[in-house]
Amino acid sequence: MEILLPILVGILFASGLYLILHRHFFKLILGIIIFGLATNLFLFVIGRLTRGNTAIIDDDVTIASEPFADPVPQALLLTAIVIGFGIQAFAIVLIKRVYQAFGTNDLDDLDKTDKIHEELLSEGNTQKYDQQD
Amino acid sequence: MLIIILAGLFLAFSAPLLYKWLGKYVYVPMALYPLAAFVYFSSYLTDVLGGQTIFAIHRWAPSLNINLHFYLDGLSLFFVLLVTGFGTLIMTYAGGYLKGDPLLGRFYMYLTLFMVAMTGVVLSGNIFCLFVFWEMTSLSSYLLIGYKHDKAGSRNSALQALLVTGGGGLALMGGLLLLGAVGQTYTISDLLNRGDLVTSHELYLPLMVLILIGAFTKSAQFPFHFWLPNAMAAPTPVSAYLHSATMVKAGIYLLARFTPVLGGTDAWQYTLMAVGGITTLLGALLAMQHTDLKAILAYTTISALGILVTMTGIGSEPALQAMLVFLLAHALYKGTLFLVAGNVDHATGTRELDQLRGLGRSMVPTGVAASLAALSMAGVLPFFGFIGKELLYEAALAATTFKALLFAVSFFSGMVFVAIAIVLGFKLFWQASSRPTPMLHTMSPALYLPPVIISSVGLLFGLFPAALVTPILRRAAEAMLGVEQLFELALWHGFNLVLGISMLTLLLGYGAYRYSNRLHTYAPRLNPLYKLGPQRIYELGLEGLLNGATKLTQKLQNGYLRSYIFIIISTFMVLVVWVLAQTGPVLDLSGRWQEIRNARLYELVLIVLLVPALLFLFRTRSRLTAIAILGMVGYSIALFYILFGAPDVAATQLLIETLTVVIFVLILHKLPEFRFLSSRIQKVKYMIVAGLFGCLMTYVTLLVKQYPLVSGLKAYYGENSYLQGYGRNMVNVILVDFRSLDTLGETTVLAVAAIGIYAMLKLKLDNEH
Repeated sequence: MEILLPILVGILFASGLYLILHRHFFKLILGIIIFGLATNLFLFVIGRLTRGNTAIIDDDVTIASEPFADPVPQALLLTAIVIGFGIQAFAIVLIKRVYQAFGTNDLDDLDKTDKIHEELLSEGNTQKYDQQD
Repeated sequence: MLIIILAGLFLAFSAPLLYKWLGKYVYVPMALYPLAAFVYFSSYLTDVLGGQTIFAIHRWAPSLNINLHFYLDGLSLFFVLLVTGFGTLIMTYAGGYLKGDPLLGRFYMYLTLFMVAMTGVVLSGNIFCLFVFWEMTSLSSYLLIGYKHDKAGSRNSALQALLVTGGGGLALMGGLLLLGAVGQTYTISDLLNRGDLVTSHELYLPLMVLILIGAFTKSAQFPFHFWLPNAMAAPTPVSAYLHSATMVKAGIYLLARFTPVLGGTDAWQYTLMAVGGITTLLGALLAMQHTDLKAILAYTTISALGILVTMTGIGSEPALQAMLVFLLAHALYKGTLFLVAGNVDHATGTRELDQLRGLGRSMVPTGVAASLAALSMAGVLPFFGFIGKELLYEAALAATTFKALLFAVSFFSGMVFVAIAIVLGFKLFWQASSRPTPMLHTMSPALYLPPVIISSVGLLFGLFPAALVTPILRRAAEAMLGVEQLFELALWHGFNLVLGISMLTLLLGYGAYRYSNRLHTYAPRLNPLYKLGPQRIYELGLEGLLNGATKLTQKLQNGYLRSYIFIIISTFMVLVVWVLAQTGPVLDLSGRWQEIRNARLYELVLIVLLVPALLFLFRTRSRLTAIAILGMVGYSIALFYILFGAPDVAATQLLIETLTVVIFVLILHKLPEFRFLSSRIQKVKYMIVAGLFGCLMTYVTLLVKQYPLVSGLKAYYGENSYLQGYGRNMVNVILVDFRSLDTLGETTVLAVAAIGIYAMLKLKLDNEH
């Protein structure tokens, strides 16, 4: 599995990115979720795998004895999963609102705010502004 | 000294408030401050004249060699008295000139800020301190030029001045840092003794060029001279103060200050002489062609600055003395003439030479001041300008190289100055005219007293040079030359060659004045030539920069999420591949294929299930199917967590996955239909990028796993989870005990997201009603 899981990580990353690059809202959400899954798994895999051993100290001892799983990546993952869920939920609701407000499901229709307005830059407008003063 | 600086800053920022309280009398406190500073610094006169230098060091960031380090020697004192003395009169004048202006408080704020900055520049004893104040003068100059901010011309001029002087400031910073590194000290007084070390260093040339660029931009030297005439968009007090008497001299101050460190080499000498000479000629030529009072004054200022730079470049004792004397003389007469131009503009509403006639009748004091200043400018006995001009000629004639050229340049500019002085001091005011220009406003004492005072000072200095100016100029020259100076200034040198040349200058200047009208008709023919000048290059550069920036922004920030992601991911991939190619180790898979045999069947089944599920996800048209597949992928990954010893993670993953599916299903009917929007070509492109990215991540993951994990954390938590955290589940102990603050932060993030979601669900949009 030491070789197969990295390949799975790559597949998940590729799928997530592929979906994110699409124009449809719904695919964007799917993409974000899968990308999150990929990231989590990536963290888990590079934190080293220990098959069958958990990060729990046995009842009869006070100090964990090898082999046991590294608890640090797990703690990290827990946090990442929960935060990821926050983002997912927010994105889902946001996209629902955008769909209601603008009536579109195409990301390419939402480019108004990022476009530089040509007329603001042109010289003619500055002069007009001066005259109004 | 720090107190004076800080008090100035405080006063500057309280100026708008003072204006609100005091109304038109706001000029009283504003003029009292420079007066107080003038008196304060005058109290050091005896010490400094006695040959002392005064230090005041306040620690700022000593570990970075940045200190508020003030240093008062003859040169500093000379400049600081010039700045504060002028400041007092200008502050008073501005009160009359801008009376009733609603933004007068703001104007005083900028002007005081400038004065403080300028004082700081000439007092700084530390390179960083110098640079900070230097930049402050550029900024306040920007604000003052753009004071009439409702005019596009003012704004453009202000921006131009800022870009040119600010760009120069950047070069200066580079130069100063190099200088500090080469001289191994950032304290100017220490640097002054290390001239040999610096000039023999291999970095001498670049650092000299950078510092010179800083000085040349500030002092409007060719080819950076073009911002100064445009800066005349500022109110006249500003032109008189910043752009004639003080700020443009900061570059000269810098050159003078660093003469002991950088000077004396051929490169220094020839650069300064060449640039200064060209600027002198250019300024004089252009001054003759213009008909706007302030433009004429601006170009003669450029010319005068060119002379100062040339003299600094010659670097001999007589040249540096001449430089200091001429600097003072120029500040006095040019400051006056600017104020006179301001008065004329204020009284008649125009600055065009053609429309101004016979002003003397109604503006007697202003006219007298103009004449006094003009006589000094022309270099007539017994004015201070005469001494300045004599010394210039002497220095040029005593130069060791290019004697003839230097002399010709000084002579030509002297001639032009005479012609212009006649126009300003005589033609405007006293030439008999049947139809004098009508007056719109009368003059208040605040307007005519300052020019009268400054021009009278010019006369006084001329009459008693030995008593009034020689001592301080000696010490100032000593700061540049390093040895004690004993020269005496005298009005009368007897009948000699230089006196003859002075007379010849006057005569030829008068001739030039007679022919200046004809010049005005020919001048426009040269206009096409200016299209090739530095001004044009600046405009093209600025235009190109703006257009380029717009195009780049449109290209990069085009509003399409996918292109942003595309750029981010591509950059990431390029960087990772670059790092791996540069230094990174190579993946070694030999022997690791054996590991596949260790894989359990149920693990393989999961992977085999996942891949077709993902493929199906790309193709499905049903949203419900998509959600179901998503749930399946999530659960499969949760199973991996269980298999590899992370039950807590798996539990969380299962919970979250369930919740996501539930949310999806709940609002599914409000979500948009599935549609295929992207074209086939786009999809292929996405697939390639995504595929490459996936491969890269796999490669990186495999590479990381090739090396052993070195971490003391695992052992630490293994030992301490139960003993210190009293929990057997290490993951839980980490979350709620060791790193509980992080968990609190995480909870907060979730709460914020929840509030956001709630708000969005409750939000009522206008078009929904």
